[in-house]
Amino acid sequence: MTSPLPQASTDIRRSAWRRSLEVIVLPVAALLVALLIFGGFCALAGANPIGVYGSIYKAAFGSWSAWQNTLIRASPLMLTALCTLLPARLGLVIIGNEGALVMGGLGAIFVGLGLGGASSSLDLPAVVVQLAMAIAGMTAGGLWIVLAGALRHYRGVNETISSLLLNYIAIAFLKHLVEGPLRDADFVTKPSSAELDPTLWLGTLPGTRIHFGLLYGLIICVIAYVLIQRTTFGFATRVTGSNIRAAKIAGLPVGKLTLAICFLGGSAAGLAGMIEVAAVQKRLNESLISNYGYAGILVAFVSRQNPLATILVAILLGGILASGGILQRSHNLPDATVLVFQGIVFLCVLFSDSLYGKIPQLQETTK
Amino acid sequence: MSRPIRISRRQAVRGLLATTAFGVATKLGGCSPSPEGEASSAGGGEGEVVVGFIYVGPKDDFGYNQAHAEGAQAMAAVPGIKIIEEANVPETSAVLETMRSMIEIDGATVIFPTSFGYFDPYMLEMAAEFPEVQFFHAGGLYQEGVHPDNVGSYFGYIDEAQYVGGVIAGRMSETGQLGFVAAIPIPQVLRNINSFTLGAQSVNPAATTQVVFTGGWAEPVKEAEATNSMADQGIDVIACHVDSPKVVMETAEKRGLYTVGYHANQAPLAPEGYLTGAEWDWESIYTSLGQQFVEGKTLMAGGIEHVLRGGLAENFCKVSPYGPAVTEEAQAEGDAAKEALITGVLVIYEGELSDNKGGAILAADEKYEQQNIELEKMDWLIEGVKGSTGS
Repeated sequence: MTSPLPQASTDIRRSAWRRSLEVIVLPVAALLVALLIFGGFCALAGANPIGVYGSIYKAAFGSWSAWQNTLIRASPLMLTALCTLLPARLGLVIIGNEGALVMGGLGAIFVGLGLGGASSSLDLPAVVVQLAMAIAGMTAGGLWIVLAGALRHYRGVNETISSLLLNYIAIAFLKHLVEGPLRDADFVTKPSSAELDPTLWLGTLPGTRIHFGLLYGLIICVIAYVLIQRTTFGFATRVTGSNIRAAKIAGLPVGKLTLAICFLGGSAAGLAGMIEVAAVQKRLNESLISNYGYAGILVAFVSRQNPLATILVAILLGGILASGGILQRSHNLPDATVLVFQGIVFLCVLFSDSLYGKIPQLQETTK
Repeated sequence: MSRPIRISRRQAVRGLLATTAFGVATKLGGCSPSPEGEASSAGGGEGEVVVGFIYVGPKDDFGYNQAHAEGAQAMAAVPGIKIIEEANVPETSAVLETMRSMIEIDGATVIFPTSFGYFDPYMLEMAAEFPEVQFFHAGGLYQEGVHPDNVGSYFGYIDEAQYVGGVIAGRMSETGQLGFVAAIPIPQVLRNINSFTLGAQSVNPAATTQVVFTGGWAEPVKEAEATNSMADQGIDVIACHVDSPKVVMETAEKRGLYTVGYHANQAPLAPEGYLTGAEWDWESIYTSLGQQFVEGKTLMAGGIEHVLRGGLAENFCKVSPYGPAVTEEAQAEGDAAKEALITGVLVIYEGELSDNKGGAILAADEKYEQQNIELEKMDWLIEGVKGSTGS
């Protein structure tokens, strides 16, 4: 190697390789540490840690059936996480995921009950109505978060607080509708809207019991990644997120970017609401409020605002949730154990965040 | 500065391949023995019936879930029964997965998803998918011909116990003003409020019940507010129908009020003021069902009734032991009412009755027996109840 150029390029490649090694090693180490701490907790609670690890593995990833359980739980989280993740790239901390999901479910059920079913005279094909439901859900969820974004941009209202409060408004609105105007009096199990026509239900992926929501979640996460990392829009968003003044000086349309990114984030959560209504509940009721939104915030932070990492983190959380039952049934651990496990895992992962660039073995050495 | 060990990409790839290969090999090797291991752990012992219980909240909520969990423990005592339990399971696809893994991993052949909201669509979906597994639901409306054969429903006329609680409350109240903290205005809740009030009026015709609807099954903050504002109004006995009466009981005890409990025995929460309470008695029904499971009876073969209903007489519910504050006179009146309900002499909804808006409900010679379907559609509050169903 006489020319300096190839040498330099190998060094760059090597350092990139080390950086990606760091991205893999740190979370895995964090996970192992979390497992150790959790093992100690289980031992204190009177269970055999090794047996507990075995059960967690078996219930979450041990068989195809267990994998399906995990993936079913993971799919809504991929979408709700994007509601925090996308605005975070622009420097906003939005936690209105639950509200956007609820509004998405509402939008979808309005369209689904209005256009579909036997009462409708339009006689549209089911696919068209489903698509309309998805668009309605995404629009409703998107506009809901745009409210928080607009308050931030035009009036300087803290977007974290306003989006949090919007959650309560959305939930109260949902309760009002299902207990009042939308209530189906013949359904006694709980106050609910009328049932969607069976032709509008989202089916399951062939050969599985996983509904199509998983597929949508995966696709949308990949789209979000491309959008953020590979487009001008994404670049502008990231620039604004890094330094809003510089972005303004550079002439970036910060206001439009804020509203657009809020809309996109909200529409992802809105789609999750539509899927939950069309694939699981089949009608609108309080069961739509089951913490997918809040869990999504956690997923977004743990995945370090990377939409591809979101997929993995959502699957990890899905697996943890899937193993919650077996901890109770086979080890007589209290039902909150799974939350303890979840908390320990995420604390460890978040702590490992502070170690990036601090472990010499994982740093680029040629300078 | 020591130079850290360098790993070339080639080395790393080789290492990764080797580990993967090792992993795959052990995975394949481990494949054959695992099904046997699962089979032996599933199904418990030979001939043991595995019964799965699912609760929507914690098992020690001093309320709805605790009542079922205590019943499940009683069933566990039946020889030949093994129970498995899962608490805090939300009414989403999570409960589908719980039922499925109870059946597939633990080998459960009977499932009790106890929360009202589990019934439709979740339990019905699973019942269709696993026709050989029996599903029992508390309060679900079983429709013959519509629902699968392996679905059963059981529920109790707990308003009979509320009536007895009302008798004690009416006698013990000095002001004649009673309070009722309620979740949402659905027939079951309204029926409890009305029966409680009728019980109180049977000993004190001037007694009134102030109702506050909190709007949800678990609204601890609103429940505490309602209890406090009732205390401020001069109400001196408080009853409730919410998922966990814990907050109402503790708040009322702090304010020095008498309380009438619900779902389970809350005497430990209010040792001074707890008068009595309307409790589910799932222990007797669960024990008897457990025995029938062991005998091999099933819903599908017709050995077990699809709809099981009953009140105090059938041991579906019971009245909490009287608290220390209850006078002998009140105890005697309470016992008499209980006896009259058990023997069927007393019918709670007997004319002449009118609602609290002045509309007639029952004429002088009419009555609604407990089984009357009109009572399961109730949308009115009787005269003497202050509050409205429209909130």
